[in-house]
Amino acid sequence: MSFSVPPTLEAELDELATHYPQKRSASLMFLHAFQEHFGHVPREAVEWTARKLGLQPINVYELVTFYPMFRQQPVGKTHIKVCRTLSCALAGSAELREHFCQKLGLDSHKHTPQTTADGKFTVEFVECLASCGTAPVVMVNDDLLEKVTVTEADRVLASGKK
Amino acid sequence: MSNAPATTAAPPPVEKIRIKVDGRDVEVPKLLPNWQGKLEPTTMLQAVQIAGGEVPHYCYHPKLPVAGNCRMCLIEFGTPMMGPDRKPVLNPDGTPKIARSVLPYEPQTPRGAIACATPISPGMELYPSSPATKQMREAVLESLLINHPLDCPICDQAGECKLQEYSVEHGQANSRFVEPKVHKPKAVDLGPRIVLDDERCILCTRCIRFTRDIAGDDALGIVNRGSYNTIAAWKDGAFDNNYTLNTVDICPVGALTSKDFRFKMRVWFLKETKSVCSSCATGCNITIGSREGTIYRYEPRDNEAVNGPWMCDAGRLNYRWVARADRIHDVYVRGVKSTWETANREIHALLGRAPEGSVAIVAGARQTTEELYLLKKLATRLGALTDSIAREGEPDRLLVSADRNPNSNGARLTGIAFTEMGIQLPKIAEGIAAGTIKTLIVFGEDVTKHGLGADLLARLETLIVSDILPNATTAAAHFLLPGCAHAEKRGTFVNTKGRVQKFMKAVEPPGDARAEWEVLHEWVHQVTGQNGFSTIEGLFNQMAREVPAFAGLEWSKLGDTGVTITI
Ligand code: SF4
Ligand code: SF4
Ligand code: FES
Ligand code: FES
Repeated sequence: MSFSVPPTLEAELDELATHYPQKRSASLMFLHAFQEHFGHVPREAVEWTARKLGLQPINVYELVTFYPMFRQQPVGKTHIKVCRTLSCALAGSAELREHFCQKLGLDSHKHTPQTTADGKFTVEFVECLASCGTAPVVMVNDDLLEKVTVTEADRVLASGKK
Repeated sequence: MSNAPATTAAPPPVEKIRIKVDGRDVEVPKLLPNWQGKLEPTTMLQAVQIAGGEVPHYCYHPKLPVAGNCRMCLIEFGTPMMGPDRKPVLNPDGTPKIARSVLPYEPQTPRGAIACATPISPGMELYPSSPATKQMREAVLESLLINHPLDCPICDQAGECKLQEYSVEHGQANSRFVEPKVHKPKAVDLGPRIVLDDERCILCTRCIRFTRDIAGDDALGIVNRGSYNTIAAWKDGAFDNNYTLNTVDICPVGALTSKDFRFKMRVWFLKETKSVCSSCATGCNITIGSREGTIYRYEPRDNEAVNGPWMCDAGRLNYRWVARADRIHDVYVRGVKSTWETANREIHALLGRAPEGSVAIVAGARQTTEELYLLKKLATRLGALTDSIAREGEPDRLLVSADRNPNSNGARLTGIAFTEMGIQLPKIAEGIAAGTIKTLIVFGEDVTKHGLGADLLARLETLIVSDILPNATTAAAHFLLPGCAHAEKRGTFVNTKGRVQKFMKAVEPPGDARAEWEVLHEWVHQVTGQNGFSTIEGLFNQMAREVPAFAGLEWSKLGDTGVTITI
């Protein structure tokens, strides 16, 4: 995929940079914008951001790798984030993730996000989603699912397969 | 360098603070220079050093901004207790009562402070040797070693590794860690001269700070998070500036290694010789590491007045030629292998009867000051025109000088060259062409590249050449004399700022090669009838008495870091 920043996005980012007394502070917002646009943050976007904000690519790359929320690879259409922090762990989130992985034929032993070969699903563990009272909690793309059961998990998979 | 010590202006009175270090009273300055030489509140670490102690540390480096991330320098401390009236609380014997710093929610547990970043205050007590301090060190080392591969037997740093040293001194012998270690990239190609082993890295960020704040190339960073933290450049091989090898020196462990030195030699076998880099007029102080006559590495040697603790990569790696196989090993007289005795006898006779003005001398500004001084003596007796040859390059903002000769000022001060080097060369060429100059003496330059082409050289009756490696001039020589690299002899260079710096002999010269000053000493004696000194000390001192610019200097007073004269 050749990388290009559409003029509307560039204009939006230029405007964004003006919100900060120091240009470099806009880095995170740039990365969010790129992830929204491309679905992940490609290396070219890191270089582009660095150039735009007067930084070195490594400075921006540090940010990208620090926050697991930033993805360096494209993810599946249905992105399943299972909370692994305490309440959810006690309420069975490990079993829930195992279930997703098994159903999708993914390796649950790897600690990084797993994507199916057909590009339809990505499953990953994330830290606390701030809904501990309704554990276990899963985010499917931008939707929060609470008190998730195996039945509900299967429903997510079924609708994602369509 | 920008952080050279303040010059001679009378130092302002220094405000002192009284503190205690391990129970001993010490007075330390309230302010001390920081990494940039600016005065800042004295830190605990500096105070302990002044008291004659040492606080183990990894991330702290006196010439880098303080990061305070490794926690190795934690020490226990206390401050004078204050009453509600803001007056010091006193012990029954009248001494101030000290409140040891403890955890607020756990008053039995001492709360240490990182000595590298914590300023001292009046009456403070530091306990760098207390049991609590020792415990903190043990704990920090234990956590640093959790994921460390412990591959010392194949690690280049072994023998000069702070992790090894502190573990022996402050650590515990056994690991309690039973979980699998985190694995990280090995042998990462960080730059053209640097290989990184991420598993050995303790994430002190010295390398990041050096390249960002000293070299001005923000090339390195820490990627990923938590136990997966890894030093990285944006791309493999991207760490490429002229100062990268300094990170190998300051990396406290064996994470950053020099491609040039990697796996070549165990450091404890190396003989260390104090020397000076000869690749430009800055004259960075160096230590030559050699074993059995072979040079293995140059490392910078701290000199505040010249290079601080750094040197450039180009200078550091410019030692291979010393061991080149095509070095001139023997004396040749008219193309036939000969001896010093024969050559010298003929040269003495020839110079002894040379008419005034029939000889010219071109001496490279890579020769030592003593050699240039002897050549000048010869020139005076012979009424010879003399000159040197300028060698120019791109300067940078840190150390590298535009003048790539190590001793241009030596050539100027001894009178071999004028301020503008090479200005006499056309006159020498004319003299040769006109047949008035019949003998040319060349030391360490290929004059065919500087206006004295092979056709001109062919007109000479005698061409005497001393050099190290073959070139077009050595090919034309009637007398070819094998010279020494500076690492093979003793002498001095005068750097671009007038620093007179001596260097010691690290290795023996190959074959019949002899230090040029020894040969010249004999020539001067035979040709001028003057007696000189046959030791470098005596020779230098004699020069200092005769050449006004060096007045008052003595070899022994040059010390290890040299003396600055007015130029
Ligand atoms: S590579 Fe060396 S200098 Fe750089 S952070 Fe790691 S231990 Fe420190
Ligand atoms: S700056 Fe000059 S003297 Fe210093 S190491 Fe480099 S070449 Fe040698
Ligand atoms: S622990 Fe899962 S949402 Fe907080
Ligand atoms: S030396 Fe690293 S924290 Fe002080």
